[in-house]
Amino acid sequence: MSQTQSVIAPTALKTKLSVDRVSMVFERDGKQTDVLDDIDLEVGDGEFVCLLGPSGCGKTTLLNAMAGFLSPTSGEIRVDGEIVRKPDPRRIFVFQERGVFPWLTVEGNIGFGLSKLPRAEREKRIAHYVKMVGLQGFEKTYPQELSGGMKQRLEVARALAVNPDMLLLDEPFGALDSITRLIMRGELLRIWEAERKTIIFVTHDIDEAVQLADRVVVMSARPATIQQIVNIDVPHPRDISSQRYLQLRDGIFQQIGLAHKL
Amino acid sequence: MRDDNAARMNLRLLLRPLAFIAVLLLLWEIGIRRQSSHLLPGPWGTVEGIVDLVRHGLLLKYIVASLFRVTWGFTLAAALAIPLGLAVGWYRRAEMALNPILQILRPISPLAWIPIAILWFGVGDLAAIFLIFVGCFFPLMLTAINAVRSIPAVYVNAGRNFGLGTPSLVYRVLYPAVVPNLIVGLRITLGIAWLVVVAAEMIAVSSGLGFLIVDARNAGNRYDLVVAGMLIIGVIGLLLDLGMQSLEKVKSFRWGYSED
Ligand SMILES: Nc1ncnc2c1ncn2[C@@H]1O[C@H](COP(=O)(O)OP(=O)(O)OP(=O)(O)O)[C@@H](O)[C@H]1O
Ligand SMILES: [Mg+2]
Repeated sequence: MSQTQSVIAPTALKTKLSVDRVSMVFERDGKQTDVLDDIDLEVGDGEFVCLLGPSGCGKTTLLNAMAGFLSPTSGEIRVDGEIVRKPDPRRIFVFQERGVFPWLTVEGNIGFGLSKLPRAEREKRIAHYVKMVGLQGFEKTYPQELSGGMKQRLEVARALAVNPDMLLLDEPFGALDSITRLIMRGELLRIWEAERKTIIFVTHDIDEAVQLADRVVVMSARPATIQQIVNIDVPHPRDISSQRYLQLRDGIFQQIGLAHKL
Repeated sequence: MRDDNAARMNLRLLLRPLAFIAVLLLLWEIGIRRQSSHLLPGPWGTVEGIVDLVRHGLLLKYIVASLFRVTWGFTLAAALAIPLGLAVGWYRRAEMALNPILQILRPISPLAWIPIAILWFGVGDLAAIFLIFVGCFFPLMLTAINAVRSIPAVYVNAGRNFGLGTPSLVYRVLYPAVVPNLIVGLRITLGIAWLVVVAAEMIAVSSGLGFLIVDARNAGNRYDLVVAGMLIIGVIGLLLDLGMQSLEKVKSFRWGYSED
């Protein structure tokens, strides 16, 4: 198998994010929980990386640390060489669809991070991203009246509208039905190809990871360590019945210790 | 088509309680006529009482007096309790420090404050306003504290992620997120204020709808005026509640009430 074990981003890309010996210990009621154990990872500029691991292993925790919502117990996370200390609009965290503001319309949500722009510019951007995520005609609608998939697209549009360098997505499609999920994957890839953001995408769905990512980071159960990093060297659009695709996917299944027979 | 149906539904919804009220009034009148001892004035007597009040120019004067006190007591309480409660809810330590005091003061009926109100402010508007203020302050403060504490962390995190500092976070996330809960709290509290003003006026002042009721009894057992006063208190209470309820229909607040 030609899977790379390297934690270093493909050399062609400039390093965007580096996670350097990061550990995280939570303390609750005097009890200590080791959640992240000595994580090392580099992500290149414009790369699409999936974090894959069993439930409860610490994927959300790692993503929160990358976003600056949590600071690691030890180790450092850097973006563009700068240590991450707090949240920043240059890297936007997408919280499934739960993060859209229910008191704002579709327009209001997408424009949320644009209040410093002149009005005309703001409206242009809003219109652009409304169109990009296919919410035309719903500009004045409140999230309550949107479907789960539409809310999800709205949250992605709100994130993209501030033109971040990086998107951090935590199981963004986990709550959607399987058909919508497939469509959303396609749309995310389309947007990624158009805008070339660096994307860190958390999932516990092996197929999803292999369909989307340049590299899949396979994490162990808690305390999470990086078990393996798999390069998905299948060009987009991916043929999910191709030999190479299946080989990579089965490799990950085995790595996680699942035989894919039921 | 849909509007048509909706209008018909509304009409039906309105007609049913109205018909029920009419039947009750009729039974009340019949019941009163069939017995000689005067347990209650009948509906007709009550209407005559109201007309009497209007003719003496008292009705409007008393309604205005009561509403004036409620407005001041309620507004002052809201203006102080809500910002304070939001701040306390936001800073957990403050909440832990204040909670025991709040929990002790809260179950004390505002009426228990009447002697102190009269001691501090004498008999008059200020005493009544103070009582309403006390009756509204604690429930509003607790509402505000709980409203802040129940804001989902994702909203606050999203706000910070888009680069908001504390003032804009308060204005653009905290405040809109708590509004639906606050409206519910305000609605309940306005109901309390309306209960308290009547009680306060029975003791601490000599005008208003509460005063009307005790005065009608003391000055010649005018029970028609007593029941007239009660009826007017009920109707105004209902109107106040409907007014607050209509706030819940504002589109940007409505998300807070849907359960689906
Ligand atoms: N604030 C906290 N305090 C204490 N323990 C926490 C805290 N946040 C998370 N944990 C614990 O850390 C572990 C990892 O949580 P995390 O949410 O990162 O997992 P996850 O990989 O995202 O799981 P899932 O796939 O189910 O979303 C869990 O066991 C959780 O109980
Ligand atoms: Mg998670």
